[in-house]
Amino acid sequence: MAETENNKILEVKNLRTYFYTDDGVVKAVDGVSFDLKKGETLGIVGETGCGKSVTALSILRLIPEPMGKIVEGEIIFDGKDLLKLGQKELQNFRGNRISMIFQDPMTSLNPVYTVGNQVMESLVVHRKLSKEEARRGSLKLLEMVGIPEPKRRFASYPHEFSGGMRQRVMIAMAIANSPSVLIADEPTTALDVTIQAQILELMDELKSKTNSSIIIITHDLGVVAKYANRVMVMYAGKPIEFSNVDNIFYKPMHPYTIGLMKSITRLDEKNRKKLKPIEGLPPSLIDLPKGCIFRIRCKYAINQCKKEYPPLVEIEKDHRVSCYRAKEFMDGILERFGN
Amino acid sequence: MLYFIIRRILQIIPVIIGVTLILFTLMYIIPEDPAKLILEKGATPEALQNLRGKMGIDKPVYVQYWRYIKKLAKGDLGTSYRYRRSVNSILADHYPNSIKLALAAIIIEIIIGIFAGIVSAVKKYSFWDMLVTVSTTIAVCVPVYWLGMMLQVSFGLKLGWLPMSGMGDGSIRYYILPAITLASVSTAFVARMTRSTMLEVLSNDYITTAYAKGLSTNMVIGKHALKNALIPVVTLIGMDLGALMGGAILTETVFNWPGVGRTIYLAILQRDAPVVIGGTIILVMIFVVMNLIVDIIYALLDPRIRYEKKEIQI
Ligand SMILES: Nc1ncnc2c1ncn2[C@@H]1O[C@H](COP(=O)(O)OP(=O)(O)OP(=O)(O)O)[C@@H](O)[C@H]1O
Ligand SMILES: [Mg+2]
Repeated sequence: MAETENNKILEVKNLRTYFYTDDGVVKAVDGVSFDLKKGETLGIVGETGCGKSVTALSILRLIPEPMGKIVEGEIIFDGKDLLKLGQKELQNFRGNRISMIFQDPMTSLNPVYTVGNQVMESLVVHRKLSKEEARRGSLKLLEMVGIPEPKRRFASYPHEFSGGMRQRVMIAMAIANSPSVLIADEPTTALDVTIQAQILELMDELKSKTNSSIIIITHDLGVVAKYANRVMVMYAGKPIEFSNVDNIFYKPMHPYTIGLMKSITRLDEKNRKKLKPIEGLPPSLIDLPKGCIFRIRCKYAINQCKKEYPPLVEIEKDHRVSCYRAKEFMDGILERFGN
Repeated sequence: MLYFIIRRILQIIPVIIGVTLILFTLMYIIPEDPAKLILEKGATPEALQNLRGKMGIDKPVYVQYWRYIKKLAKGDLGTSYRYRRSVNSILADHYPNSIKLALAAIIIEIIIGIFAGIVSAVKKYSFWDMLVTVSTTIAVCVPVYWLGMMLQVSFGLKLGWLPMSGMGDGSIRYYILPAITLASVSTAFVARMTRSTMLEVLSNDYITTAYAKGLSTNMVIGKHALKNALIPVVTLIGMDLGALMGGAILTETVFNWPGVGRTIYLAILQRDAPVVIGGTIILVMIFVVMNLIVDIIYALLDPRIRYEKKEIQI
C-alpha cells in the first residue's frame, strides 16, 4: 500500500458541517482539521454537543440530509477527497476502508434480522462470496470478538444479546473487511463499567493485529489516557487543542483543557464520565458570539478574546492550541494548576 | 405458537355467542311477523298460526335462541324467510364474489398504498410526496358511493373502457372499478401509515449502521427499513381485509355486485332475519380469523414478539 507522507492515513481539513433547523443554522462542526496516522489511536474529547459525533459522521458522509450539510472542507483518505466521491465510490469506502461503531449497541442493530445475517451482510456487500464462505467468515468474526458459542448465536436476534455482546457484534461488523480506520463514537458509554474495559481491550487488541488506526470519541479522560496516542479537544464545534496525550494531560495550554485536567483529580471514578467540570454552560451553536467562544466561561479572558476567534496555531512541535494566552502558559507566566 | 393459535380459535366461540345474542335481540324487537312476510297478503289466520308453529317462532325468544344455537353448532344457519332457501346456500353463492372483490381491493391497497407510502417517505417534501398527501386526503374525504358513481360515469359511460356494473363473466375488467372504489379509503390509510412508520424507522440508529456498512440506499430502504416499517402496516391491512369482506355494502350496491354485502343489505330491507344473522356470523368469523392470521404474520416479521410468545407458553 502506498503510504502518504508523514504516515497519514486520513486527513480532515477545515471541515464545516451545519444543520439548518427552524431555530437557525446550527454550526455543529465549524472548521475542524486533524490528521490520523497509521496505527495510532486518536482521541476526540469535549463536552456534550460540541460536535464530536457530527465530526465522525461527516467523515463517512452520514449526515442526515437535507437538514444537515457538509458545507466546506476536505476529507483526504488514500489520496482521495471523500467529499468529492460519487455515491457508488463512497459506498465502497464505507464499512470497507473506514468503519464505524456507535454509542448505543441496543439500537444500532436491526431488531428484525438475526445477528448472523447482519454480520454476513457486512462481508457480502464488499466482496463476492458464496453463502457458505460468508457464513464461515462471519462465524470467524464472531469468534474473534469473543462471542461464546458463535454457531448457536449466529441465528439469534439482537434482543437476545446483552449490551456488551451487541457491541461485540457491532465490532465484528466493523472489522469484517479489515478497515484502515475504525471510528468509535463513545463505544462504551452505554455499557457497564466492567464490560467497558473488555470492549476497549478488544478494540485495542484488534487494532494491533490489523495495524489499523482508531478514532475514539469519548467523555472518559481515563480511556483517553490509556488508549489514545494523540488527543483533539473540541469546544463548540471547533478544535481548541490538539497534541499527544502527555502534552494534553501534563502541559495543557488552553484554559478549557486545563479545566478538564484539573477536574480529573477532583472527581472520583464514578463521576469521571461526566465531562462538565467548568463553570457555566456550553454555548448554543446558533448565533455564536464574535471572538473566542470560550471567553464567557474563561477566567483568563482578555480584551483581544472579544475581537477575533483565536486561530489554532502550533505553539510548539505537534502541539496546536487556539488561545491568545497559550504562550503565557507555556512560558510559565500563567500558572496552570494553581489555586 | 400452536398453543397460541388454538387458544385464539377457541376465543371465537364466546364472540359468536355474543354476536348472535345481540342480533337475535335486535331482530326480535323489530315488530314484524315473519310468517306474514312468507305468506301472501290474504292468508288466513289459521295458516299464519300454522306456519309460525312450523317455524318455531311462536315459542318464547330464549327457546328460539337455543334452537338456533343448536343448529348453528352443526353448521346450519337456518332458512331464509324470503327465498325459502337455506341461508347456507345463499351465502355460499354470494360469499365467493365478495371475497374475490375484497382480494382485488387488498392487492390494490398493498401495491399502491405501500409503494406510495415508501416513495413519499423517502422523497419527503418532494413533488411525489405532495401528490401522495393530496390524493390520500381526497380519497379519504370523498364518499365511497360518489367515487363509485364518478368512476362508472367516466370510465364506463363516457369512455366506455370498462363495464359499469355486475360481474359479467367474472373477467378482470369487471373487477377494476369496484375494486378501486372499495380500496380507495384503505389505500390512502395504508399510504399514510407506511409513510409515517417509514419516516420513523429511517431515523433509527440501525439505519445509520446500515449506511455505514456501505449498503446502497435501495438496500437500506428495501431490506433494513421496509421490514420494520411494514409491521404496523400489516396489521392495518389484515384488519382491513376482515372489514372489506363485509364492509362492501356500499360498493356492492353501487356496482350491483352479487356479493354478500349487497345480500345482507337487501335482507335488512326485507326483514329477512336468518340471512342477516347468518351473514353477520360468517362475517365475524372471517374477521376473527383474519386477525389471527395478522398476528401470525406479525410474529413472523418481528422476532421480538415471537420471543415474548415463547415466554408466555412456558
Ligand atoms: N440531526 C441534527 N439536527 C440538528 N442538529 C443536530 C443534529 N445532529 C446534531 N445536531 C447538533 O449538532 C451539535 C453537535 O452534536 P453532536 O452530536 O456532534 O455532539 P457530541 O459532541 O457528539 O455530543 P455527545 O457527547 O452528547 O454525543 C449539537 O448542538 C446538536 O444539537
Ligand atoms: Mg455524540
